[in-house]
Amino acid sequence: MIEKERIMQVIFGAMEDVNSQLPPEQQLETSKDTILFGKSGKLDSLALVTLIVAIEEKIEEELEARVTLADERAVSQRKSPFKTVETLTDYITSLLKEESNV
Amino acid sequence: MSKQHVMLITGTGKGIGKYLAEHYAGKGFKVIGCDIKPADYTLENYHHFCLDVSDETKVKEMLATIRKTHGQLDVLINNAGIASMNHFLLTPLRTVRDVLNTNVVGTFLLCREASKLMQKNHYGRIVNFSTIAVPLKLEGEAVYVASKAAIVYLTQVLAKELGEFGITVNTIGPAPVKTDLIRSVPQEKIDNLIRRQAIHRFGEFRDVSNVIDFFIRPESDFVTGQVIYLGGLS
Repeated sequence: MIEKERIMQVIFGAMEDVNSQLPPEQQLETSKDTILFGKSGKLDSLALVTLIVAIEEKIEEELEARVTLADERAVSQRKSPFKTVETLTDYITSLLKEESNV
Repeated sequence: MSKQHVMLITGTGKGIGKYLAEHYAGKGFKVIGCDIKPADYTLENYHHFCLDVSDETKVKEMLATIRKTHGQLDVLINNAGIASMNHFLLTPLRTVRDVLNTNVVGTFLLCREASKLMQKNHYGRIVNFSTIAVPLKLEGEAVYVASKAAIVYLTQVLAKELGEFGITVNTIGPAPVKTDLIRSVPQEKIDNLIRRQAIHRFGEFRDVSNVIDFFIRPESDFVTGQVIYLGGLS
């Protein structure tokens, strides 16, 4: 089982990559409470897509696991798993747990 | 080309796909091809993957390998496709699923996974395959036509969604080309079809690569969401 902390570090790494392509006012703080998605988030839809793709790629490279983050469940959950870094970490943890149980 | 562009072509086992692999490898592209069967040929600048384009896991694995090996993907040509000629009332559901899986699901998957890699360099050219059977609403090919009509609209929506990533998405709709795809179609049907074209002849491989050459040129960065049918149909 991959620990939550490791997954969060992977997300931070992807955020840093995406930050390097963003103007300063849109760059994200690498903190568990940072809002990724929603009215108070800094990212526009394009940047959010780029971030999700970057996270999928980092998970594959650093954790050697393959996940598709934006699947039906993520989209249909009442509380979006993309809301904050912490909710996304929890969501990825659950996906990887399912994966390891298959 | 100043730097070697990396191109992925699906359905390179034979026919148009094999021709395109040879054409672009010869032009200096690094060509990665895939097919449900192993390739029975080798080429300089060519690497082959054996997979079903509707298998998400295998497609993701292939794109991960391309990313690790080349770090980029510049062009995707979604050539893989299957046809089925049958009266609608006599079309087995299995055939419907197979045609939709290869033609629609496969194209969708390849577009999605390739775009993830292309957007990193803010550059990409995607060419999808439809057919003149779509504007002809060709009777006897309901499922094939439906699947290839889906490609037209998929292309046009993706063009909008991927434009901001520097990725263009276009479609070519070939006229009948003498390949295995039309082998089982009766000669009379083919002759009828060709008569409905503005220019009454079979399509050639070079007609297909000519349109693709245009779509994938770096200078074609303002050309997206377009469908070019061969033979004068629209």
